Amino acid sequence: MSKQLNVALIGNPNTGKTSVFNQLTGLKQQVGNYPGITVEKKEGICKLPRGVKAHILDLPGTYSLNASSLDENVVIELLLNKNDKDYPDVAVVVSDVENLKRNLLLFTQIKDLKIPTILVINMADRMKRKAITLDIEKLEDRLQTKIALVSSRKNTGFENLKELITNYKELSIEPCVNASVIAPEYFDRLRKAFPKQDLYKLWLVITQDVNFGKLDRNEMQSITTFQTESKSNLKRLQQKETIVRYQFINGVLKETLSIDHLAAKDLRSRLDRVLTHKFWGYIIFFAILMLIFQAIYDWSSYPMDLIDETFAAMGEWVRNTMPPGAFTNLIAEGILPGLGGIVIFIPQIAFLFLFISILEESGYMSRVVFLMDRIMRRFGLSGKSVVPLVSGTACAIPAIMATRNIENWKERLITILVTPFTTCSARLPVYLIIIALVIPDRDVLYIFNLQSLVLMGLYLIGFGTAILSAWLLDRILKIKSRTFFVIEMPNYKLPLFKNVAYNVIEKTKSFIVGAGKIILAISIVLWVLASNGPGDAFNNAEVNAVERMQAGDFPESELDKQIASEKLEYSYIGYMGKAIEPVVRPLGYDWKIGIAIVSSFAAREVFVGTLATIYSVGSDEEETIKNRMAGEVNPILGGPLFNLASGISLLLFYAFAMQCMSTLAIVKRETNTWKWPLLQLVIMSGFAYVVALIAYQLII
Amino acid sequence: MIISLDLLKRGEKAIIKEFTLDMVPLKLLEMGCLPGNEVELVQIAPFKDPMYLNINGSHLAIRKETASHILVEKHSQ
Ligand SMILES: Nc1nc2c(ncn2[C@@H]2O[C@H](COP(=O)(O)OP(=O)(O)OP(=O)(O)O)[C@@H](O)[C@H]2O)c(=O)[nH]1
Ligand SMILES: [Mg+2]
Repeated sequence: MSKQLNVALIGNPNTGKTSVFNQLTGLKQQVGNYPGITVEKKEGICKLPRGVKAHILDLPGTYSLNASSLDENVVIELLLNKNDKDYPDVAVVVSDVENLKRNLLLFTQIKDLKIPTILVINMADRMKRKAITLDIEKLEDRLQTKIALVSSRKNTGFENLKELITNYKELSIEPCVNASVIAPEYFDRLRKAFPKQDLYKLWLVITQDVNFGKLDRNEMQSITTFQTESKSNLKRLQQKETIVRYQFINGVLKETLSIDHLAAKDLRSRLDRVLTHKFWGYIIFFAILMLIFQAIYDWSSYPMDLIDETFAAMGEWVRNTMPPGAFTNLIAEGILPGLGGIVIFIPQIAFLFLFISILEESGYMSRVVFLMDRIMRRFGLSGKSVVPLVSGTACAIPAIMATRNIENWKERLITILVTPFTTCSARLPVYLIIIALVIPDRDVLYIFNLQSLVLMGLYLIGFGTAILSAWLLDRILKIKSRTFFVIEMPNYKLPLFKNVAYNVIEKTKSFIVGAGKIILAISIVLWVLASNGPGDAFNNAEVNAVERMQAGDFPESELDKQIASEKLEYSYIGYMGKAIEPVVRPLGYDWKIGIAIVSSFAAREVFVGTLATIYSVGSDEEETIKNRMAGEVNPILGGPLFNLASGISLLLFYAFAMQCMSTLAIVKRETNTWKWPLLQLVIMSGFAYVVALIAYQLII
Repeated sequence: MIISLDLLKRGEKAIIKEFTLDMVPLKLLEMGCLPGNEVELVQIAPFKDPMYLNINGSHLAIRKETASHILVEKHSQ
């Protein structure tokens, strides 16, 4: 086979396109019971019968071929551009058996483009419960297509689907509804003006609101200017088209589909009565959030202690068993502590992903959107902004991408700009270690732990700041865009263990690997900078220390420590730190923290690893990161370096500062200009500095 | 009796008649909110905004502002 078969999965949001994709390709793309999980094209390969290979494309969901948001536009852009390398040989329209009527609208549109089209009716496993019966043969006949009734959950019907894809040449390309009936005379003129083009495609190009970046411009340019009808008239025609299509669909389904509506009313209405209740709905939402924090703080502390001790023991083992020398030191003092600083947070991050994944898979997320829309609107956001803000607690990058299904550009931009304030999992390591150092481990009101309350407070601060800055931005930004909000409320589903587990594992893994790479690089660089120094001061450190001991400055037992700290001071990193120190001293930090802050502008989670590396250079006892930090002494004031004042100041600095290159890059990509990410960087970090300064000066 | 959709009470059903907007959001039609279809108000958030509707088996939530532009006929019993 020389040419691959291009197959595109198209369908309404939340009909199970990604689930079908995963079944066909064996890949594990993210699935979730919320319209708008997939926002980008994803590709995979599927082996078909008789040695045919298919290139499968998973696309974001769309309700029709008239895009009203960015994720929907991806589909239209593909279908209107025959030169696109992914342009499908076969379109597989995925529909949900419970929402067949709505799903078929898009089906009839795609069929009008004269692309060979297969209809997949997914979620067949739910038909019995909902007392749905279908006359597949008749439906195939009326829609002039082939149908595969499948269940991605139960993995049934896929052999048939593969067979249908292989034989795609047999599919009829007759349209079901002829769009030209809505205005025969207008379509006639159109046909005469562009005899070579497909009529329905012309119509779509003319009526799109969105700009098409990649289309073959020359030809399309002249089409978009072909406007013998006023804009509002075109809109009216589009509406007429939708109505005509629904008339056709209603007629077809009347003959082929029967639903027992009484059986269909069940779990959904009972759950919704509580979960979207005016009062209980909010209480439950809040309780769920509380549960998440308790889990992150309390339940994960056991595996974390274990990991911390393991890494300390590993460092010790390396030092004792490997031949002494620079390489051993690099591993024991640079790499291991650096990596340990991130691995230790796996349990917490996994918990976080677990909860978010369950919320998405169950269908609860849309209910939160419903509950919060009115409140969020006051702050210039949309109910749909809740999803980015909640998933931003995992990571701002997918969260910012999740804003793509917000229709209103102003609401979307504001959501993008404020999302980095929510407490992402990269801040968690910093928060946890500092809380453990400066906040007493005490119970308050019998059930709450003071440390976990402080953590919750930090989450609230992040969220509150996001909301308040949204409110400010709403006043400042002068962007006109019409507001129109609609969200689908999906059925509740029992989260599929497999989906949730994959989600948790994949995301935790990519967090660790992504962060791990940066940390590895930075800790090597730091170690080199910390164990070398310019000039004599560094080389003479040992001699100096011995002289000072002999002069009686400190007892012999402290010699090693003194040598190490003197060396560090005259190393490259010591000089760099000294240069930064004046800037960070007013916040209560020493130069080592200063270095850690600077290095965490690449990514926040580097902070702990950096400190671990800096502190462990030269020390040879088996010690956990926490103990090392607790032992640091403030060089000027004496007393522990990490005390309440400097601790709170650090926590606040990390809460507000924009320290994530990847987020800046993604904001640039989503807003198409450097203006917004640069503003974020400057304003957020400046604000962080001022707040941390005030906090330290007040508490000290 | 013809009223605008935002005046419907929770649990009530009605038939969609027409829109009082000159530019009806196309998406609304595409999601099944068409004249002639039956609509049920399933649930409301505080201040009746947004409103959670069931239109012929399609479940969706829209804002009160949008609902006020949709005229419906209440079932007379
Ligand atoms: N019961 C049942 N649930 C299914 C089936 N296929 C998918 N689902 C569930 O339906 C929900 C949506 O699935 P996805 O595959 O994410 O749907 P999608 O069409 O890719 O959604 P978007 O990317 O948001 O447009 C998930 O909760 C799935 O677990 C099925 O055959 N039966
Ligand atoms: Mg998807």
